[in-house]
Amino acid sequence: MSTLRKKGTELLYWVDYRLPVIKAFKTHMSEYYAPKNLNFWYFFGVLAILAFANQLLSGIWLTMFYTPTLEGAFDSIEYIMRDVESGWIIRYMHEVGASFFFIAVYLHIYRGFLYGSYKEPRELVWLIGMVIYLLMMAEGFFGYVLPFGNMSYWGAKVILSLIGTIPLVGEDLQIWVQGDFFIGGATLSRFFAFHVALVPIILIAGVFLHLIALHQVGSNNPEGVDIKAQKDKEGKPLDGIPFHPYYTVHDLIPVVIFFMIFFAAIFYFPDGGGYFIEPPNYVPANNLSTPEHIAPVWYFTPFYAMLRAVTVNFLGIDAKLWGLVVMAGAIAIVFFLPWLDRSPVRSIRYKGRISKAFLMIWTISFLCLGVLGIKPADWAPFWASPVFTFIYFAYFVLMPFYTKWETCKTVPDRIYVHGKRQQQ
Amino acid sequence: MRLLIITITMLLFSTVGHASDAPVELKSADTDIHDKESLRRGAQLFIDHCTTCHSAKYMRFERIAQDLEISEEDVKNNMMRFGATKITDSIKSALTPEAGEQVYGIAPPDLTLEAKYQGVDWVFSYLTGFYKDENATFGYNNHVMNNVAMPWVLAPLQDSMSEEEFSGNMRDLTNFMDYMAEPIKPWRQNFGKYVIIFLLILLIPVWLLKKEYWRDIQ
Repeated sequence: MSTLRKKGTELLYWVDYRLPVIKAFKTHMSEYYAPKNLNFWYFFGVLAILAFANQLLSGIWLTMFYTPTLEGAFDSIEYIMRDVESGWIIRYMHEVGASFFFIAVYLHIYRGFLYGSYKEPRELVWLIGMVIYLLMMAEGFFGYVLPFGNMSYWGAKVILSLIGTIPLVGEDLQIWVQGDFFIGGATLSRFFAFHVALVPIILIAGVFLHLIALHQVGSNNPEGVDIKAQKDKEGKPLDGIPFHPYYTVHDLIPVVIFFMIFFAAIFYFPDGGGYFIEPPNYVPANNLSTPEHIAPVWYFTPFYAMLRAVTVNFLGIDAKLWGLVVMAGAIAIVFFLPWLDRSPVRSIRYKGRISKAFLMIWTISFLCLGVLGIKPADWAPFWASPVFTFIYFAYFVLMPFYTKWETCKTVPDRIYVHGKRQQQ
Repeated sequence: MRLLIITITMLLFSTVGHASDAPVELKSADTDIHDKESLRRGAQLFIDHCTTCHSAKYMRFERIAQDLEISEEDVKNNMMRFGATKITDSIKSALTPEAGEQVYGIAPPDLTLEAKYQGVDWVFSYLTGFYKDENATFGYNNHVMNNVAMPWVLAPLQDSMSEEEFSGNMRDLTNFMDYMAEPIKPWRQNFGKYVIIFLLILLIPVWLLKKEYWRDIQ
């Protein structure tokens, strides 16, 4: 045993001499100091990585059996569900996993809103994160087209027709993206290429950069206190603890709970009540039969509601194009959050009343938009979507003013737990 | 604060509108996918009455034999028809889609995934929803699908038995269609609980591990 151990150590040093594995482990794990007061909101970053890994692995297996052709796509999904050994669970892991990935990422982003994680010096962490989110949306869209059910087809048609509304170049651009004058075999095979190669490669790079940028500046915390400001004699943050082993064992708990909910969904609610797979997707794509009500998958619905919120043409521009501008703007404006927030404090705990109230109203509006995007356009009064869209934008546009003018509470110099200063 | 959030959310949602998506009230199918006896009866009903016009091209006879515990011999004798020769063949229809389109104006759809598409309650309500209507092409109309293109082929069966008995038969048929749409469903529902129980037990050492490590962190 001891000789084996010796050999192992020798091998480690042999590798480390040539590749800085020990240094990397120290920098990112055992000597990466994270604030000791991270609460449950901080689980979702780890869970997002876990969900991403699940998508990559299950996705690789699906590519082995899926056929990206007009004739073969729908059939190959049923082949995976019925004839491939354990194919059904791999497919469900991928399909339920997509929704769980978005749940984790939405909560992860919302954590940033709550505790001001985007603020200086974490602007790049935020920007890279937003790029990841954009890529995820593209990935989700391409992926939903691949089974080529009827909702795949009509969903793709609605989204691709948006490109067509762009003035001058729109129509040509749409044909270029589709690869044909209509959505067909060419569209399907290129979406497959985007979904399994192009976007995932950039996503992996994005996640890597997101983490490197985070570890360069260190994690924020619910108090918004800068833990690096107070260090001990050895230069370690007084309120920080090494990520490994403390947070690695800590995060195992949410990982197990995540798997519990994830597998409960896979075994008992794999369609997510029609929200993960919409029922019209159990019918093959048919350009002669429009589904009664075309709705995107739930994670796109707030933006879809904003797209539909504009129903009148004005300034000589078509309502549909305005819708596209509003939707694109709704995502673009989030990129600017680090510079819109001019508050002297990070965390919502120390911000003033206006910030708190505005975040609450914004949250409710965003959730309402999500519901409105699922429902048919005439389900709610006509003013609902425009009003919630207005609130959504007002939160960001007015932020430089209210965050500057309101009075904030004083942020303590150290992290207090249960109202007491910690002795260390 | 929390109470305020909940109140406002509820208020907003209540003013936003009311769902009126379902124009027809559906009957509850009340099927039990773990009832093999019912599934076997449903399978035979499906083969006897539906496959004249409808195929179920993803459902293989071999899988029916295995899952529903019917001998391959019996499946061959009682179920395999219309050119199905191998046990690995899927359920075929006597009618080609082209011929179907000529006769009914619309090709009878493949029914493998129908229960997933429409939901079991819809299927059950549809099957029990035919009524006599002189204006309809084939003399029957349907409560859940107005101006239905399908002739009511089960009318003789319906007339030969009590309403309750017929309803039971349609429940079996619906049950089989639910199984056919996803043959792994009964198994995954049985097995799922063991996965959850395993993870629950795993949570205990994981919890203790965290507690042990964090003992000295205030």
